[in-house]
Amino acid sequence: MKAELEASELKKLVRDVLSTRSNEIDCDECLQQLDEFVEMTLAGQSAADAMPLVQHHLEQCDSCREEFEALLAVLTSLL
Amino acid sequence: MVRRTNQEWLEALRGPEREQPLADLRTILVRGLRVALAGQPKVTEDDLEDFVQEALLRILAALDSFRGESRFTTWAHKIAIHVALSELRRRRWRDVSLDSLTAGMDADFLPETFADPSAGPEEHAVQQMVLDTLRRAIRDDLTDRQRRALVAARVHGMPIEEVARGMGTNRNALYKLLHDARQRLQKALVARGLPPEQVLAAFGIQAEVRDAATKASKI
Repeated sequence: MKAELEASELKKLVRDVLSTRSNEIDCDECLQQLDEFVEMTLAGQSAADAMPLVQHHLEQCDSCREEFEALLAVLTSLL
Repeated sequence: MVRRTNQEWLEALRGPEREQPLADLRTILVRGLRVALAGQPKVTEDDLEDFVQEALLRILAALDSFRGESRFTTWAHKIAIHVALSELRRRRWRDVSLDSLTAGMDADFLPETFADPSAGPEEHAVQQMVLDTLRRAIRDDLTDRQRRALVAARVHGMPIEEVARGMGTNRNALYKLLHDARQRLQKALVARGLPPEQVLAAFGIQAEVRDAATKASKI
């Protein structure tokens, strides 16, 4: 069984620890705004600037990021 | 298929004759999930139908919460994707015991050194100081629950909703638990007097998090 972080995972842990904010949103709050965030991204608007807490959550949470990428793929396929 | 505005979708799905709009929405969601789940192994046609059926139930129950800040179909795809990926994560991890994954692990999951041949002596010293500080903080400053969650999520890549299930809580609470753990580790690094910029540079991490880290060091 794996017992140790690999170098890339360690770097990610250090990055995530250093970028931790006091005011992060949870998964439900992120999911609530994800449709708007994805549409802004597709429209070429800066979703990260407009919705920085969503952007930050997506950088921290693999599950929410997976859902973001899937939704982006679906909407892109419809263009 | 009829194109509908957000308002038309809402009215049609709330109206007495909602069979056709429901059938249209089902078709849209099945098409979307085929794309969304293209890279996922072992997804059958029956799975797709089940995911969409569950999503439709949730969508109908949540119509009042649709705020109109996106297209209705984007909102509906979002729900279907959440239903499908949550279920697939659950299946992938259902036979994995959180206890067996995390048994006996404290701060040992951090490597002794960061293997980076490109690091100079100064960077290597910073890397070592960070590792030592994190190891001590993980051992001394985190609760048992935080350590277990960290090991499961970080070392084993377990999705946080599955860690949450194993710990008898939900994914929001688990995210908060891990958030609090990260704050404690951040505080330990700040207390050690390591400037975030120097740490990021020593690990070759891009400057994307510099602003947040600098802000945190001033709190």
